[in-house]
Amino acid sequence: MNVVEMKGITKRFPGIVANDNIHLTVKEGEIHALLGENGAGKSTLMNILFGLYQPDEGEIRIKGEKVHVTGPSMAGKLGIGMVHQHFMLVDPFTVTENIILGSEPTIQGRIDREKAEREVQEISDRYGLRVDPRARIRDISVGMQQRVEILKTLYRGADILIFDEPTAVLSPQEIDELIEIMGNLVREGKTIIFITHKLKEIMRVCDSVTIIRRGKTIDTLQVKETDENRLASMMVGREVSFDVEKEQREPGETVLSIRDLRVADSRGADAVKGLDLEVRAGEIVGIAGVDGNGQTELLEAITGLRKTKSGRVRLNGKDITNLKPRSVTRSGVGHIPEDRHRRGLVLDFSIGENMVLQTYNLPPFAKGFRLQYSEIQEHAEKLVKEYDVRTPDIHTPARALSGGNQQKAVIAREVERDPDLLIAAQPTRGLDVGAIEFIHRRLIEQRDKGKAVLLMSLELDEVLKLSDRIAVIYEGKIAGWVDPSTAAEEEVGLLMAGGKSGAEVKS
Amino acid sequence: MLDVLTNVLQTTVLYATPLILTAIGGLYSERSGVVNIGLEGLMTIGAFTAAVVTLATHSPWVGLLAAVAAGVLMALPHAIASVTFRADQVVSGVAINFLALGVSVYLVKAMYDGAAQTPSVPETLKRLPIPGLDQIPVIGPALFNAFPTTYLAVIVVFLSYYILYKTPFGMRLRAVGEHPRAAETMGVNVFRMRYVAVLISGALASAGGAGLSIAIGSEFNETTVAGHGFISLAALIFGKWHPFGAFGAATFFGFAVSLALIGQIFGLTAYVPSEVLNMLPYILTILALAGFVGRAEAPAAIGKPYETGGR
Ligand SMILES: Nc1ncnc2c1ncn2[C@@H]1O[C@H](COP(=O)(O)OP(=O)(O)OP(=O)(O)O)[C@@H](O)[C@H]1O
Ligand SMILES: [Mg+2]
Repeated sequence: MNVVEMKGITKRFPGIVANDNIHLTVKEGEIHALLGENGAGKSTLMNILFGLYQPDEGEIRIKGEKVHVTGPSMAGKLGIGMVHQHFMLVDPFTVTENIILGSEPTIQGRIDREKAEREVQEISDRYGLRVDPRARIRDISVGMQQRVEILKTLYRGADILIFDEPTAVLSPQEIDELIEIMGNLVREGKTIIFITHKLKEIMRVCDSVTIIRRGKTIDTLQVKETDENRLASMMVGREVSFDVEKEQREPGETVLSIRDLRVADSRGADAVKGLDLEVRAGEIVGIAGVDGNGQTELLEAITGLRKTKSGRVRLNGKDITNLKPRSVTRSGVGHIPEDRHRRGLVLDFSIGENMVLQTYNLPPFAKGFRLQYSEIQEHAEKLVKEYDVRTPDIHTPARALSGGNQQKAVIAREVERDPDLLIAAQPTRGLDVGAIEFIHRRLIEQRDKGKAVLLMSLELDEVLKLSDRIAVIYEGKIAGWVDPSTAAEEEVGLLMAGGKSGAEVKS
Repeated sequence: MLDVLTNVLQTTVLYATPLILTAIGGLYSERSGVVNIGLEGLMTIGAFTAAVVTLATHSPWVGLLAAVAAGVLMALPHAIASVTFRADQVVSGVAINFLALGVSVYLVKAMYDGAAQTPSVPETLKRLPIPGLDQIPVIGPALFNAFPTTYLAVIVVFLSYYILYKTPFGMRLRAVGEHPRAAETMGVNVFRMRYVAVLISGALASAGGAGLSIAIGSEFNETTVAGHGFISLAALIFGKWHPFGAFGAATFFGFAVSLALIGQIFGLTAYVPSEVLNMLPYILTILALAGFVGRAEAPAAIGKPYETGGR
């Protein structure tokens, strides 16, 4: 039976048709992938199904019945639940409070906290979600926050679940867990619509897949009858290569040198514990490691976003330890931050303004104390075109862009400044395969120009593919160095888990 | 010496009462995400209405009720402007302050032959001793022989704590002030919650204002409120947007306001000019409003207009 039928859905935003006569049919009990480039209109389509947006045209049938989803509460009644691309959680509330919000169990007008916590625990056990009902959202990991989002939908009795890019923010371990959970859900009779850019995930868990490109439906396929290459080319509209071509290079002078660095995390505990690291001109050094081993703190310390406790950071021989972020930037460091919303963009500024966040007060963007808007616009136009940032125009606020296009805007800005050291933290998180290919080529280009690149990624694949040397980080220290041309994934994996390496190739 | 202590307590309680009511009023509004600079104006309209209606009906209770109704009415434009039309909440609040003061002073002039103040209200609220308790030495006469508004204020504090932290309504209200879109995806009507919150703040702030004209004082003029609304707002911030915190901070501000009086009792004015003592609550207020305290604890979505379907 078809549980979801969306027919001829069209949705226009100022300057753009986000959904253009889209068709989507989802069968009961299946995991149905929605695949498409950044800005193709996936989130928009799902927000329509969930009642957050109203379509301009088209009709929706749920379990055969024609419906008007007027709002999220209506969607709830129809059994539709959604886990959003950007989480919808109230930070100071507890897990349970977030889950029951809007449909609280009560006794005599008072919230029945015990009953709620019991129910949350029950559902969480039943689907293997492992959450602590009493924990506060701001104290728990991203992975657990996501499980809370899933619980929110289950608590409301949803049987059609929309997952909007749930794996983009997860570590590989957490992704495995999520995939297991999805299996449990389907076994209990739920239907899942799953948005992801990772073709492997689609091949692994999905039954069918609908591909959309620039707001239009391209096709719906059975996953069994297709493969990754075919999906990629259908989605992008051309052949995509998954391999990166990279020539052997001799690295030059040391650009970044870190000695005995110690950094505390936000709670005051040591996250980086006496770390040494060197990155030379013309090489990409990859940092591999399980999330939470000090990667974030390390990068924040280098870029001046976090104070160090001790140790030295040098750039081209110059001490930059604990300089202000602006001074670090000026001395030749580019940073593609992990959290683009918090660190990468001013969401309410236009794309054009976001492109000059570090350079707005320097010529040619400023003359004396006046901004030169014509220069700023020209610069932005060029970057948007070159990096294929899909936006109606450069005056659009960054907030209105799709997640992947926001990321592309940040990358464009940082790479274009042509810094001596480019720090890229999860640079392709949330990007489609076409965009990933492009970004990878750009990083290698920087290296070939003789720049130093420090790449942090939770995806082992990416680190192995791009890096010239890999530093495996474990509990705040470099546990060992690996040569990606000879190393096997298992070896890196062992180091990441704290094992000792046999072949240390520290050069 | 014990007499002095009783006296200090009594004046503190007296001056703290309107501040407590108003700060709790502000709490509802700000917890739902709507800044309420308009507390001053809401107090003004309350003080004015209470005086005028009590004069006309000879019942301070009717005066108090009328003040509450007037406060709700006065808060309505603030809700419409800042929730429905997504105007700047500070600007809208400031407008409420001007509007309330202008309307009340004008009406006083119109009603009482161009006088600058209302006639003296003979039938003000009277101190209400609680039999037995008021006999406790030292604190009895101070705490248990207070104006009915004081008891009301204390009840409002505890009730508000219960409502905000124990009931679905309160949880939704706080959620709307933290992350309105999350609340909306859970089926909460953001607009309705914010309207209700702003109107409640009007009712309570107005009741606080009434205390100034028919309990502490017995008339209304242009200077009756004299910044008490802003002081309440400061108490709310000092109190970290929590009912008990606001209660404590408002009581402290009440103490600061009564310092001038208390200063005379202690003979403090021999060392510090009374003008300086009078300034104290306002200086504390400026410090609070300028953001030296408490900003980190503010509701996350405060001051941000909400739009359905936006990003
Ligand atoms: N509220 C909005 N206002 C204006 N434009 C919008 C809004 N929501 C989406 N858009 C535009 O609609 C297009 C589709 O966006 P959408 O978020 O659906 O893409 P997506 O397929 O989810 O991409 P991604 O994979 O990057 O998340 C984009 O060009 C985006 O800029
Ligand atoms: Mg999306």
